[in-house]
Amino acid sequence: MTSSTELVALSSEQFECLRLIVGHMIPASEKHGVPGADDPKIMADMAGTIGRDFDALSAILDIVNAAAGGHLGDLHTAEQRDLLADLRLRDSALFGVIEAVAARAYYRDDRVLKSIGVEPRAPFPQGYVVDEGDWSLLDPVRRRGAIYRDAG
Amino acid sequence: MNDPVDVLIIGGGASGAAVAWNLAETRMRIVCLEQGDWPQSSDYPSNGRNWESRQSEDFAISPNRRASSADYPVNDDASPIKVANFNGVGGGTVLYAGHFPRFHPSDFRVRSLDGVADDWPIDYRTLEPFYALNDRMMGIAGLAGDPAYPDKEAVMPPLPLGKTGETFGQAMNELGWHWWPCDAAINSREYEGRAPCINLGHCGHGCAQGAKSSTDITYWQEALRNRVEVRTRCRVSRIETNEDRMATGAWYFDANGEEVFQPAEIVVMACNGIGTPRILLNSASERFPDGLANSSGLVGRNLMFHPYALVRGRFDKTLDGFRGSRVFMWSMEFYETDPARGYVRGYCYQFTRGFGPVMQAINGMADGLVPWGEGHHDAYRRLFDRQAGMVSICEDLPEEINTVTLDTSLRDGNGIPAPKITYRIGENTQRMLDHSVARGTEILLKAGAQDIVTRSPLSYAGWHLLGTARMGTDPKRSVVNEWGRSHDVKNLFIVDGSVFVTSGGVNPTSTIQAIALYVSDQIKARLHDLFD
Ligand SMILES: Cc1cc2nc3c(=O)[nH]c(=O)nc-3n(C[C@H](O)[C@H](O)[C@H](O)COP(=O)(O)OP(=O)(O)OC[C@H]3O[C@@H](n4cnc5c(N)ncnc54)[C@H](O)[C@@H]3O)c2cc1C
Repeated sequence: MTSSTELVALSSEQFECLRLIVGHMIPASEKHGVPGADDPKIMADMAGTIGRDFDALSAILDIVNAAAGGHLGDLHTAEQRDLLADLRLRDSALFGVIEAVAARAYYRDDRVLKSIGVEPRAPFPQGYVVDEGDWSLLDPVRRRGAIYRDAG
Repeated sequence: MNDPVDVLIIGGGASGAAVAWNLAETRMRIVCLEQGDWPQSSDYPSNGRNWESRQSEDFAISPNRRASSADYPVNDDASPIKVANFNGVGGGTVLYAGHFPRFHPSDFRVRSLDGVADDWPIDYRTLEPFYALNDRMMGIAGLAGDPAYPDKEAVMPPLPLGKTGETFGQAMNELGWHWWPCDAAINSREYEGRAPCINLGHCGHGCAQGAKSSTDITYWQEALRNRVEVRTRCRVSRIETNEDRMATGAWYFDANGEEVFQPAEIVVMACNGIGTPRILLNSASERFPDGLANSSGLVGRNLMFHPYALVRGRFDKTLDGFRGSRVFMWSMEFYETDPARGYVRGYCYQFTRGFGPVMQAINGMADGLVPWGEGHHDAYRRLFDRQAGMVSICEDLPEEINTVTLDTSLRDGNGIPAPKITYRIGENTQRMLDHSVARGTEILLKAGAQDIVTRSPLSYAGWHLLGTARMGTDPKRSVVNEWGRSHDVKNLFIVDGSVFVTSGGVNPTSTIQAIALYVSDQIKARLHDLFD
């Protein structure tokens, strides 16, 4: 299938802005033994899978950089965090695209998947097992009898 | 110009495939023009490690997001519900979840029973044999004996309930409310050479296992064996007519972008509730100035979507997560009219399992349950594999102000005007949505859920496209007659969701296909005086 989306790269300013934002969004955790979303391997993956979100993402990154007075990275970490919180408060939907782009790369990283108990593999061809369940639970539904309306 | 054919089917989705198969035994020369390609199961997202990100690319549900060469853009700015479809052989069934309820008998008699909209010119009994035939052709898993329906046979055993189904089943029993394993267009065991479901959890973006019954691997395989020809990457722009006001065939753009004419004795429209009115309206001519088959003015009117609401909660035990078929259980407790509820008609619940790792994060953040920063990981782990819920599928009553028209500026890759959707949710439907959110919340609380989130209406859920060329006996109030033939053009048939008079409160595909089989049966039975 042909995709109408050309592969275009973010500018280095945009990429740096993205790295800082996703670092605030999903920081590394010692407790869970996982990297942050700004981990270099995850960032490289993220850059390659922006896909159809490219235009929306680059527009938002430009907005964030502009709100920071040029570059988000010029602010101290706490200032960055406050600015992002403020922008999100004003327009949370704006950040939905960044959350999607970040989550798509972060939550398929082997280290992260192992930490949440998911085997790092494609679903096909192995598939998964799902319990059959207890079919006797239907007995009360059967006992109640027909509930559809007679349409004549 | 191509050689003439007996039957030209436009659109190779759910209904086009069923008609092609059913007419094949007549030995007529049958060609289907389909704007998309044959889907390849090796392209489906679940083949790759990056399965969740691929779900929002080539197999995204929005044609505007996919924007592939097979897609036409849809201007749905003036609608709170956005259109979802798939353009390729199999049509919407390539991406559908496979929830496969039939209409209920009352759905065909809403005017008589509830004083709203119109009765259908056909009834449940008329369609019953075609529902059954379609169940066999598609391969439907289910459990006989559902008290919400007249008796019907199950083709194969139901899909597993899983931990999620058990949890909700218990809660529904405590409330004394109906539930049942759903009919699903998914193999629970090997069927007609197709493998059983292996719980990929991927029904909504193409089934790599081939266990989900999309028509590219069911009806179309049989139809091809019976010498029906499918011409892919051929997009029809308009139907041509002659001075006898009969259709003579269709103009289409082939894969090279050349405009070609395909002459035909019979033309069958199967482009869905948006694609069909689009082509009929674009076929306006001196003879048919308001669009083809549109003397009633109803082509493109009465668009119905089925507004959806979603209710989801967090449990303190592990459920099935993203593993397992998307669909497994339904409730018809609130399906039939109860005047005490403040609205007429009703809805069904389709219960849902959890999310994959990525979608869990995206939804968790969107719902405010997974914060940015410090608390992200703990909150995520509280949710992952522990969320489940349901969607309600609400009956949408037909309203002439809900329309598909031709956009005056937006065009597809071949320069054909794009459809423009103008739609709003009616008052009755809104009350039904609210009711379904309240009752859904009650179910989740009874099941022990916390952190309940609701969304109503779901905006990216315009996947049931109905009503825009309705069926009826009165040519002033309908576009096709009671067996699918246009009142105005005697060799033009419509077999897709456009012909629905009302929407019912269940997913429509089994009814769309039953109608397609019924109409094609009528064509076979009336071959000698078809155009009288
Ligand atoms: C994400 C998703 C989930 C769904 N889940 C369910 C579910 O669980 N249960 C259910 O019952 N339904 C579900 N549906 C809806 C279901 O897919 C549709 O009801 C069904 O496919 C409609 O059948 P149809 O024949 O009317 O149209 P379609 O299946 O949409 O087929 C129309 C075909 O016509 C082709 N076409 C259109 N215009 C032209 C043209 N000008 N020239 C040539 N070809 C053209 C299209 O490419 C397409 O292949 C879902 C749909 C989606 C998108």
